Parts: sequence; structure tokens; C-alpha cells
Amino acid sequence: MTLTQRLRGIDWISAALWVFRAVIIILVIVGTVRKLFLGVGTQYTTQDWLDFISSGLSQGGLYALIALGYTMVYGVLFMINFAHGEFFMSGALTSTMLVASTLSRSGFMNEQPIIYLVIVTVAAVLTSMAVALLTERVAYRPLRRAPRLVPLITAIGASFFWQYFFRGLFGSEIKPFPVPAILEGWITIAGITFLKVRFVTLVASLIALILLYLFIMKTKTGKAIRAVAEDKDVATLMGIDVDRTIAMTFAVGAGMAGIAAILWALVFRQAHFYMGFVPGIKAFTAAVLGGIGSIPGAALGGLFLGLIEAVGPPLFLEGLGIPAAHQLKDVTAFTLLVLILIFRPQGIIGERLAEKKA
Amino acid sequence: MTRKEWSHLIRIGLLMGLAVLVVSVIGMVEKFNERALIVGYLTLGQLLLYIPALYAGYTSVPAGEHRAMPQRLLGGVVVGLLAVMPVILLILVASSWPGIRSYFVNISPNMVKILTAGKGVGPGIGLLAGEMAALGLIGAAIHLIPDRIRKPIVTAIIFTVGFALFSDVSLNIANQLFARKTVRVLFGTKGITPLATVIVFVISLVAASLWTWKGREAYARRQANMSSEQAKRSQRIATTVLMIVLLTLPWVLGVFLTDVLDRVGIFILMALGLNIVVGFAGLLDLGYVAFYAIGAYVTAIMTSTGNLGMGLSFWLAVPVAVVAATMAGIILGIPVLRMRGDYLAIVTLGFGEIIRVLVRSDLLKPVIGGAQGILNIGRPTIPGLTFTTPQHFYYLILLACLLAWFISGRLRDGRIGRRWMAVREDEDVAEAVGINLVITKLLAFAMGAAFAGLAGSLFAARVGTIFPNSFELLISINVLCIVIIGGIGSLPGVVVGAFVLVGLPELLREFDEYRMLMYGALLIIMMLVRPEGLWPSPITRREMHAAEENAAAVEAEHSSDIRAAVEG
Repeated sequence: MTLTQRLRGIDWISAALWVFRAVIIILVIVGTVRKLFLGVGTQYTTQDWLDFISSGLSQGGLYALIALGYTMVYGVLFMINFAHGEFFMSGALTSTMLVASTLSRSGFMNEQPIIYLVIVTVAAVLTSMAVALLTERVAYRPLRRAPRLVPLITAIGASFFWQYFFRGLFGSEIKPFPVPAILEGWITIAGITFLKVRFVTLVASLIALILLYLFIMKTKTGKAIRAVAEDKDVATLMGIDVDRTIAMTFAVGAGMAGIAAILWALVFRQAHFYMGFVPGIKAFTAAVLGGIGSIPGAALGGLFLGLIEAVGPPLFLEGLGIPAAHQLKDVTAFTLLVLILIFRPQGIIGERLAEKKA
Repeated sequence: MTRKEWSHLIRIGLLMGLAVLVVSVIGMVEKFNERALIVGYLTLGQLLLYIPALYAGYTSVPAGEHRAMPQRLLGGVVVGLLAVMPVILLILVASSWPGIRSYFVNISPNMVKILTAGKGVGPGIGLLAGEMAALGLIGAAIHLIPDRIRKPIVTAIIFTVGFALFSDVSLNIANQLFARKTVRVLFGTKGITPLATVIVFVISLVAASLWTWKGREAYARRQANMSSEQAKRSQRIATTVLMIVLLTLPWVLGVFLTDVLDRVGIFILMALGLNIVVGFAGLLDLGYVAFYAIGAYVTAIMTSTGNLGMGLSFWLAVPVAVVAATMAGIILGIPVLRMRGDYLAIVTLGFGEIIRVLVRSDLLKPVIGGAQGILNIGRPTIPGLTFTTPQHFYYLILLACLLAWFISGRLRDGRIGRRWMAVREDEDVAEAVGINLVITKLLAFAMGAAFAGLAGSLFAARVGTIFPNSFELLISINVLCIVIIGGIGSLPGVVVGAFVLVGLPELLREFDEYRMLMYGALLIIMMLVRPEGLWPSPITRREMHAAEENAAAVEAEHSSDIRAAVEG
């Protein structure tokens, strides 16, 4: 094929998308170059950059944990569980209000910080699971055979219902989350200094991710979940209770969100009824980024998203001379989401689901 | 009664009990109690407690069995009592442990007082249990009454409650027509007096009985006997009457209610636009607020007399705003052309959020004012009149809505409408029969965006000041809810949806805090029991039922297949 023939073969939509892609890439490169070699904007030391990276990675670990819920549910039902962010919120808020505040007031928190963290996390996980199972039973299960738009709409409905339900239950103000004294301050590992909570968050989320992976790959329930994701009808024939397995998937995903909720509360030291929305969308971005339906993909996508979000604004946005670039953190994340969905809907390591099932 | 029947009763009773508990714990009962329905006798909060018990009693009788035997009545009492159990527990806990309030903000002494009717814990619980049991009994006993009598009574009760709920509307009208003294006899500050209740109930009962016994048949007969000529004429008369009503409405309703109408009108305009995108073309767009914001900001910048504005005329700004929104619709439409379903929803949501963050950021602050917004937006003027009051804007908005309605209807019935629906049903097939997907989809995005731009433009002129806060994601969700709850793809549905979802909460200020909660619940309930919406288009209705029938047919086929396989 000659070049002209090739050019004629490209329709103008593809051309427009190519231009769009090129513009973004050029902007990123120009910004980075200007930042690193011409020194535009604030000057950062090596320690500053390490801080950006470490906080980005630990944030990414949280995104990854939440993203698991999206990815697993998408795996079995091919639906975006818009209410997943609320499962996360319900765990954080309930645990903060009912358990954490009581234990910190009684002084138990600083006497037994490890047990405190375990109790608080268990409370959050149980709440998130309960909310998820209830949502699945009421808003999703009766609509399995409905057109695809319908469960998405009930998911949006459930999301708002839970937000304002918890607001009614616990009030609308921001609740402080008590952090044990042992997690205050900094820690130095291999010559790099981290905030302690950031370090704990990253390690805890990595452990949770690995445990979940083992659960899915090694246990019988995990096998059932994979079978249902592969083909529901055949799974039924193999004697798998599909309804139960789907509920199980929701519960496991929500459990991960519950763990993420406590880690999130440790980092930001607060909980409120609206805290689920933005992490929810970000985590969905992470899931798509890694390839929705894939568990390692969600982990990778989460870490990558956290990193881009933390390093991106000071690197290329400031390099472009944008004032107060940190305000545009969310824009970086959402732009990444849009770009991924346009150009590589199968994600980093996902299989090509987009055309077949979307 | 059999064991199965008992478990049915227990399930309903406890479910409704849970409902009562939830509305109490999240503070709805307390908040709604501020609103009287019948002064001195019934508040909205009490109604909220009573409805679940009544409903439990009503559903305790299995469907199809209208002959209510003594056992059924007993069942009603049982579910009523079950429905009150959780909340009795709540009263006991709350009254013996005041500290619970530091955990659950809305479990207050005042709530306990409302639940026990201020009679102390012991007698209060007895009273509440008695009331709920009685309501369960009434709910079950409704089945005893023959249809002919039951229907008018139920209609009259619902109408009376509705009248009391919206007493503000009639109060506003009455204030303009009658002397203050007369009005005071019928209306309290919030709610209606017992006298008015009786009057409204009797009138509506008579009307409803006449309609049920005679009117409906006579009407159907007349409809059937009408020649096409007559039918056309009666339709024309109806349209004329409607137009006259619409034109005189603001002067009957007064300033406050007209302002509510204006808000509803702007949402109708937006929803008509989104209806093209979601309803006709089937493209789920969650970032719709972006176009509304663009319309509003373009108008603001062009007409503002403040330091960010250019001080131009509103009439010049409107077309520019609409064109700008349309262009934005096309530009944001191009990248998502190849996406479907929920991916599309998420990307458009992402676009909406990007625009929201950008509007707020320092990056665009020199142009659009950041969080401080734009002040002193110019008012529209025509020779001899500057549009300032809600009544003035009402006509402008009405005009825009009628225009949008007309355009929507023509587009739907035209070639492009067919193409949109083909794309909605099946993109691949649509493409295979020669429909240009790119043009078809972009036209849908462009039309939707144009309506939103117009709505934004009117909004900016009406409020005079705009802030980024006015363009949250909630607006997109609101408009989507209007389209879906009204009836996806249906023009009258959009109007009904806007009145239900925007008009009602404006009138019932008490709802404000719980508006989103009820939206959420409404969306779910709607999808479960009436997915085609309140006023569906004939096509959607047919489809929804076809889907059900298909599913039933497939099920039947399946089971017969299996049976055949087993037997064979």
C-alpha cells in the first residue's frame, strides 16, 4: 500500500482522535522538559520528589483495593457498580462513628493500637459487606435480565440513597478519625523517609491484594467466582449456585473496600458521607486502566493512577506554566480515564472485552 | 392459617417495621413533623409513620383474594403490630440512654416525643401500637369493601391528602381571590383546617363516585362515537384552553409559585435535550451539565456589566451561547463515538468533572472568575420592558420550552428520529442498513447540547449571578432522573418528570434535606416496578411489555425443553 492509499483509508474520526492523542502527548513532553531542564515553576528537591512518589504509591494502593470491587463485579455481571464508592464510605463512616470514636475516648486506642486497628477494620469490613449485600439483593438481583441501562440506573439510585441515608444517620459534618500515636511521624527505610501512615497503607494494601489474589486463585469459592465470570449458564450446570456466588463477589469486593476505607481514614484522618464519590470514580479509572475484569490489572492500574496523580501536576502541569497545578489533580486522573477508554479500552493487561461485551 | 401464610405476614410486617425504623432514625419523621397536613390533627411526619402500617395491612391479604375473612383481619392487626416493634425498641433505647445521640445525630428526645405523641414512654408506646394495629386492620379491611365503593373513597382520601400537602399552592391562589378572613378559616400557616379537610373530602368523594359509577363509561362512549372531525375539533379546543391556562398562570399563582414554575421550566428544557440523547438515541450521557454550564457562562461573560463581562445584549448572547454549547457537544461527542453503554456514561461523567474542576481552578480564573463566579449578569430587555420578575421570565422560559417541545416532536417523527431509534435499538444493524453512525450520533449530542445551552443561558439571565456551585454533577443526575422517571423517550413524560422531581421538592421545602435520598429510592423502585416511567411513550411501553413476554416465552420454552429432555 502506498502512503496516499493508506491516508485515504483513515476516516476523519480516527484522524481527529490521532490529533487529540498527539496534542496530549506533546503537552506532557513539553511540560516535563520545561520542568526538568528549564526549571519552570517551583523548585523541588530530591526528597520532595520522593515524597510525591511515595504518597502517590500509597494512594495508588488504596485505589487498587477499591478498584477490585469494580473489577470483580464487572467480571461476573458486566455492569459498573456505581454504588461501590458508597460501600467504601459506609464502612469508613460507621466504623468511625460507632467504634473508633468510642475506643479512642476510652483510651483503648493508645493502649492496644494493633487490636484497635483490627477491631476498627473488622467493623468497617462488616458494614461495607452488609450494605453491598443489601444493595445487590434489592437493586441488582431482580434486574439481571433487564436491559443493561436499567441496573446502571438503579446503581446510581443506590449510590444516592446510601449517601443520604448515612448522612441522615450520622449527620452531615466531617468526622475526625482517631489515629493511634504509634502511626504519627516519619519512618526511614533504606535511606528514604516516609510518612508512617503512608508506609503502613502501602504495605497493608499490598498484603490485602496478594491475599485476595490467592483467595480467587486457590479456594473453591474463588474458583466458583471465576467460573461464573466465564459463563453463568455452564457454571449452573456444574452445580454452582450462581446467585450465591454473585453475592459472594459483592461481599468480597465490599470487604476490600472496607479495608481501604480504614486505611483512607488513617491517611486523611476524617470520614464523611460524601467521601465515597471521588475515590469511587478514581478507583473505577484504576480498574479500567489496568483492564477491567482483571485482578492484577486493578492492582497495577491503581498504583499507576496514584503515581500519575501525585507526580503529574508538579511535573508536566507546572512545567506548562499552569498556576496552582495541584488543583488540577483530578483533571489529570479524569483525562487519563478518558484517554484510556478512547484508545485502549482493554487497559494495560486486560483482554479485549470492550467490543464483545460493552 | 398455614405456616406459609404466617411467614408471609411476618416478612411484610418486619419489612415495614424496618421502613418505619429507618425513617425515624435518619430524622425524616422529626423533620416532616414540622409540616402540618390537617392543622392540629395530622402532620406529614405522622403520615410517614402510618403509611407503612397501612400498606402492610393492605398487602397482608394475598393478591386475588378479596374476600377478607376474620383471619385476614387478624393478619392485618398482626402486621400492624409487627411494623411497630422495631420502633418501639428504638423508643425504649432512646429514652433510657440519652447518650445515643452522640452516635446517631437524629435520635433526639424530640423524635421520641413525636413517636409517643408527647404522652410519656409507657402510654405513648401503647398508643402508637394501638394506632398501627388499627391501621393494619384498616389496610386489610379495605379488601372487604366492594370495588364500586372502595375506589371513590380511596381516590378521595388520596386527593385530600395531596391537597393538604400542596396547601401552599391553593393558599397562594386563595390569597389573591378571597378576603383574608375567609382564607384563614380554610388554611393554617402550614396545612389545612379540619373544616377544609371535610369540604375537600366530600367534594372529591362526590366527584370520584360520579366518575366511577357514570362518568368513565359515558366518557368512553363519547370518545368511541366521535367522528375524526369532532375528535380533531375537541383536541383543538383542549390545546387552546391549555394555552390560555399557561399564559395566565403566573398572574393566578403569584410570584413565589411562578418562580417555582421557572425552575421547573429550565429543567424541562434541559430534560427535553437529554431526552434526545438518552431517550431517542440511547446514548447515556452523565456529563450533560457541562453544556448547561457553557451556555450559562457564555451568556454571563457576554452580558455582565461587571469587570469580567462585555455588557452586550442578552438577545445577542443567547444564539452565541447555544452555538457554543452545540460546538462543545460535537467536540466532546467525537471521542466517544465508538463507545457504548456504561463506558460512554463514565467518559461523559469524566468530561463533566473535568469541566467542573476547570471552572473552579485558578487556571481559568481571569476569564470566568473561579469560585467567585460572575456577577451583574445583564437582564434581557425589549422596548418598554426589562425582564426582572419571575413572571417576566416565565414567558421567556415558556416560549423556549414550547420551541424545544415542538423541535423534539418534529425531530422524533422525522427521518433523523427514526435513525436515532435505530441506533438505540442496535448499532450494528443500524450501520448495516446504511445509517451513518457518526452523523446520527453527533446530531443527537449537538441537539441535546443546544437545548442545555439555551437552558443555561436563561438560567444565567434569571438569577443574575452564577457560581461554579450551580453546575455540579447533581444537575446531570437530576436531569437524567427526570427523563427516566418521566418515561424515557416521551415528551409529556419529561414534563411530568420535571414537575415531580423539581416542582414537588420546591413546594415541599421540608423535603430538601432528604431530596436525594428519595430520588435514589425512587430510581430503584421505578426500575423495579415501572421501568417504562410515569408517562411512557407508546413505543417504550410496548417494548417493555414485549421484553417481559419474551422472557416468559423463553422461560416456558426452556422448561418445556428441559422437560422434553428429561422425559425423552
